[in-house]
Amino acid sequence: MSELRPALISFLLLTVITGVVYPLAVTGLGQALFSDKANGSLIRDGDRLIGSQLIGQPFLDPRYFFGRPSATAPQPYNGAASSGSNQGPTNPALATAISARVAALRAFDPENKTSVPIDLVTASGSGLDPHISPAAAEYQVPRVARMRNRPESEIRTLVKEMTEGRTFGILGEPRVNVLLLNLALDGKQAG
Amino acid sequence: MNMLGVMQIALFAIVLTALVKPLGGFMAKVFQGERTWLSPVFGPVERGIYRLCGIDASSETSWKRYAIAVLLFNLIGFLAVYSIQLAQGVLPLNPQAFAGVEAKSAFNTAVSFASNTNWQGYGGESTMSYFTQMLALNVQNFLSAASGMAVLVALIRGFSRRQASQIGNFYVDMTRGTLYVLVPLALVLALALVSQGVVQNFSEYKTVELVEPVVMQPEQVTQQTIPLGPAASQVAIKQLGTNGGGFFNVNSAHPLENPTPLSNFLEVLAILLIPAALCYTFGRMVNDTRQGWAVYAAMMIIFLPLTFGVFGAEQAGNPRFDTLGVDQASSATHSGGNMEGKEVRFGIANSALWAAVTTAASNGSVNSMHDSYTPLGGLVPMWLMQLGEVVFGGAGSGLYGMLMFAIVAVFIAGLMVGRTPEYLGKKIEAYEVKMASLVLLLPCVVVLIGTAIASAIPAGTSSVANPGAHGFSEILYAFSSAGNNNGSAFGGLSANTPFYNIALGVAMWISRFWLMIPVLAIAGSLAAKRNVAITAGTLPTHTPLFIAMLIGVVLMVGALTFLPSLALGPVVEHLQMIGKG
Repeated sequence: MSELRPALISFLLLTVITGVVYPLAVTGLGQALFSDKANGSLIRDGDRLIGSQLIGQPFLDPRYFFGRPSATAPQPYNGAASSGSNQGPTNPALATAISARVAALRAFDPENKTSVPIDLVTASGSGLDPHISPAAAEYQVPRVARMRNRPESEIRTLVKEMTEGRTFGILGEPRVNVLLLNLALDGKQAG
Repeated sequence: MNMLGVMQIALFAIVLTALVKPLGGFMAKVFQGERTWLSPVFGPVERGIYRLCGIDASSETSWKRYAIAVLLFNLIGFLAVYSIQLAQGVLPLNPQAFAGVEAKSAFNTAVSFASNTNWQGYGGESTMSYFTQMLALNVQNFLSAASGMAVLVALIRGFSRRQASQIGNFYVDMTRGTLYVLVPLALVLALALVSQGVVQNFSEYKTVELVEPVVMQPEQVTQQTIPLGPAASQVAIKQLGTNGGGFFNVNSAHPLENPTPLSNFLEVLAILLIPAALCYTFGRMVNDTRQGWAVYAAMMIIFLPLTFGVFGAEQAGNPRFDTLGVDQASSATHSGGNMEGKEVRFGIANSALWAAVTTAASNGSVNSMHDSYTPLGGLVPMWLMQLGEVVFGGAGSGLYGMLMFAIVAVFIAGLMVGRTPEYLGKKIEAYEVKMASLVLLLPCVVVLIGTAIASAIPAGTSSVANPGAHGFSEILYAFSSAGNNNGSAFGGLSANTPFYNIALGVAMWISRFWLMIPVLAIAGSLAAKRNVAITAGTLPTHTPLFIAMLIGVVLMVGALTFLPSLALGPVVEHLQMIGKG
């Protein structure tokens, strides 16, 4: 019994500190200092919510840039259930899926004989990856330009503008946010 | 391996090493009960806790009472997590109206978080209410880490005390570790993460209109759910406390849990920060910081080559895709390599670094899906866990595990030269070696027997997602993870089944709490001994020779125990992948 009292009471008190006070303090400070980011970096169009800057969306229309394949269920880019494919490297289903994705890209763009950057045909870890590599964007420039009847140079310039570099010149990888790029193609500003 | 990737890994190692001394010195002060610059803030809180609990902060206990306190305290934690999950349907802060968690899954999760494993059989954003995340899971992130640190500190006291019968007061060690170390670090890291875009709120999930409505069978999808919640506060401590349980299903691969390269750098640094700094704390508390640096060096020397091993394997990509018309070669405009299950913002280098860090430490959070790694890229994380989570390892538990290897190393050295082994001025005798062997071997037994049973019965094999050798790797990975309190997974394995929930739950419980008892027994036994004088015949334990001995013992035990099972899984798969078949 003498062992039980300190165990129980310290557990309750530390639960209040680490389970109530601490998260509330982070919430209070986070909301005060970085309100937009703490609430999901949402994008509005007028008073409609049309996305989060950090969460990718599915694009199937060849007039848009495509994002990475997504393995979420039941539909791709399902924000309510993040998931990767978890397919192993020698699983025949993975090679089949990649072949099918390459074939689909080629069908939209028969003239383009260059090989497809790997990130454009492999499922992301989260199923919600908002980015593609600059190479994957470049691969799609001719198609998007043709579909929209706009010069390739104009689309290419837009991609360049939307490309984020490595943080401090070293951390991470160069990347392009597909949702923001497609909004810019439609002449919409993300805000 | 490309240059910028190598530089990112080097930068990580440099920054980590630079932080070891300042944080390690601070923690030594905390655990020795000295005043720190945080005392004006947390001192009154600390004293208030002791008063309400009826604890006399100056009274210490024997190792047996210390062990009883650890076990009791963690049992209460387990029961709290278990019952909150069952009851979450009627508890507040549940905007998505999630029902109570199914009992076997709740059992698994409760063991998982109480044992600092944080294996996740569930998907966070589709299962757990904000109340459960905060008051059950988040609390254990703090308290299980603080418990591990407390046991370590007790063991260190065993080395530094002479003819003493007491090894400290668990409640004082655990409270001070929580208040002065974990809470302040978590607060700073959590705010830094919010600044990068990690969400922190109590709103219900938002629904947004898709820019392009997408036609799916059987109906058109026009909306997307944006999950929200108090994520940053939980992500910060799950990294710092080597817990690893994600707020969302895909853990730190989720853009709202780890949105930018900077958030990634801070999170991956936070995994190793405390285990690395504790090496210096250890040196300071035994009054010879060279001893701490020697252990740190041994850990780093094992860790770095293995990290580059994962990086190399993943960057090389998958030869099976070479004929499919894809470009896997890295260039200035894409990272190339095996990108299945990885995020573009992290690329290959940061995914590989994370995979090695999270399994070297007993963290288990992921920023990419290990199940989709190349066979050799996946072998390294698996083996790092099988080494017993002593290469940095868990907060506290990693170093106390490594000190068990040090005891075995001096014992073997003693056998070679025919002298009674000594470590840090204490004679190492049959009792210590027996207890240390128990700590080394028990997780191996749990992993191998668990894997064998699961591979032999339909309840085990029916959960496998990938065919062939990779399926066996999924099972081996699961038991390596649970049996060493890591928590990461080859996620294809459907582990939320009655068999795996119970089998892995038992594995996690044994490996965490049964090992704490022999560690504390050694603490008690060493504390009672007198110091032996250092003579010409004493093996110095801060020299390159001893570092090499220590590394040798860790690698030998790990290799001898697990090479056969690794050969059946990742090695076979590698040969299949590079072969023509």
